[in-house]
Amino acid sequence: MKNLIKEFSKGITVLNPTFGLILGLCPTLAVSTSLFNALGMGVAATFVLVFSNLIISALRNFIPGRIRLPAYIVIIATFVTMCELAIKAYLPALGQSLGIFIPLIVVNCIIMARAEAFASRNPVLPSIFDGLGMGIGFTLGISIIAFIRELLGSGSIAGFGLLKSNEFILVMILAPGALLTMGLLIALSRLLGITKK
Amino acid sequence: MEISKIISIAISMVFINNFILSKFLGLCSFLGVSRQTKAAFSMGIAVVFVMVFSALLTSLVYAFILVPLNIAYLRTIFFILIIAAFVQFIEMAIRKHSPLLYKALGIYLPLITTNCAVLGVAILNINEFFAPGAPVITGIFYSIIQAFFAGIGFCVALLLMSGIRERLEFTDTPSSMKGIPVAFIVASIMSLAFMGFSGFKL
Repeated sequence: MKNLIKEFSKGITVLNPTFGLILGLCPTLAVSTSLFNALGMGVAATFVLVFSNLIISALRNFIPGRIRLPAYIVIIATFVTMCELAIKAYLPALGQSLGIFIPLIVVNCIIMARAEAFASRNPVLPSIFDGLGMGIGFTLGISIIAFIRELLGSGSIAGFGLLKSNEFILVMILAPGALLTMGLLIALSRLLGITKK
Repeated sequence: MEISKIISIAISMVFINNFILSKFLGLCSFLGVSRQTKAAFSMGIAVVFVMVFSALLTSLVYAFILVPLNIAYLRTIFFILIIAAFVQFIEMAIRKHSPLLYKALGIYLPLITTNCAVLGVAILNINEFFAPGAPVITGIFYSIIQAFFAGIGFCVALLLMSGIRERLEFTDTPSSMKGIPVAFIVASIMSLAFMGFSGFKL
């Protein structure tokens, strides 16, 4: 049990995908324009991470070493397609604003990295906890960025307007703001010692 | 196939909608290989090459296999497999026939499979040029043009960044800002400069 808690918590702190490992950057920066989008992307990526970790670790003794990467890609792409169809059917507004970044979860480096580095070497239960921890760490990272960007860029939190003024820092919800926020947050997490270099 | 449409795709892909600096596609390799100009150049060429050919293959498969069989919803799985197989094939072919080129591109080729810019341009092509009823041949032609210029845009951003990062090595940055964080800030300023192009009306 202690071991499982360790596997779960490392994804949130030391090996946080966003600020520690610095993986999966494209969706992190592209969809963090509002908290709602960020949470949607986080939940979708967590779903894919948990289930692809589960299947890959259950099949780890059957997949031949030489063709393991294509096999992982097919497993991951299957769950991404399921996710894409579900979002399009039940949350069309979210699907519209996430756009091509839903199919691009396939090439999110975090999922491939966990499959290769963890799920292919460990039993099913720790792999599920690893996927869950990494997914929640990713959701947390992307939500923090989205919170800052949305607050400064459009003066609202998850769509609820807070400030009456119309003068916001528009650049924060555009591309340069994303890169700036990301750079400063990584530096901050290193300064506070949450993640290491 | 009008020439004006080609020019507008070119300017849009290289400057206005630059894949790295305004669409955030391919950021991982952008930060990973932008330390030296030489490596950045090799990676850029490899990306352009893979992007153009995978755009051709994916649009052919989409138009002539997935749509007639009515399984267009499986495109993500098909596309990523096509790209992975193509990259693997290219790697083997280059290793066999041109050791010199293999030495220059070799280690960057496998990385390209998980470069979201390659899959991204394939999906964008399908969304933009393959609406039901649109002529297929023109769609394939525009897809290749779009992929080529998206690759050039990727190359331009990567080369600019590597030039700056080579000089950054000699500057005195605070220890928690060293490496990746300061690279992000530089990229942010570059992206701000590229936003100047977004005023273009095409």
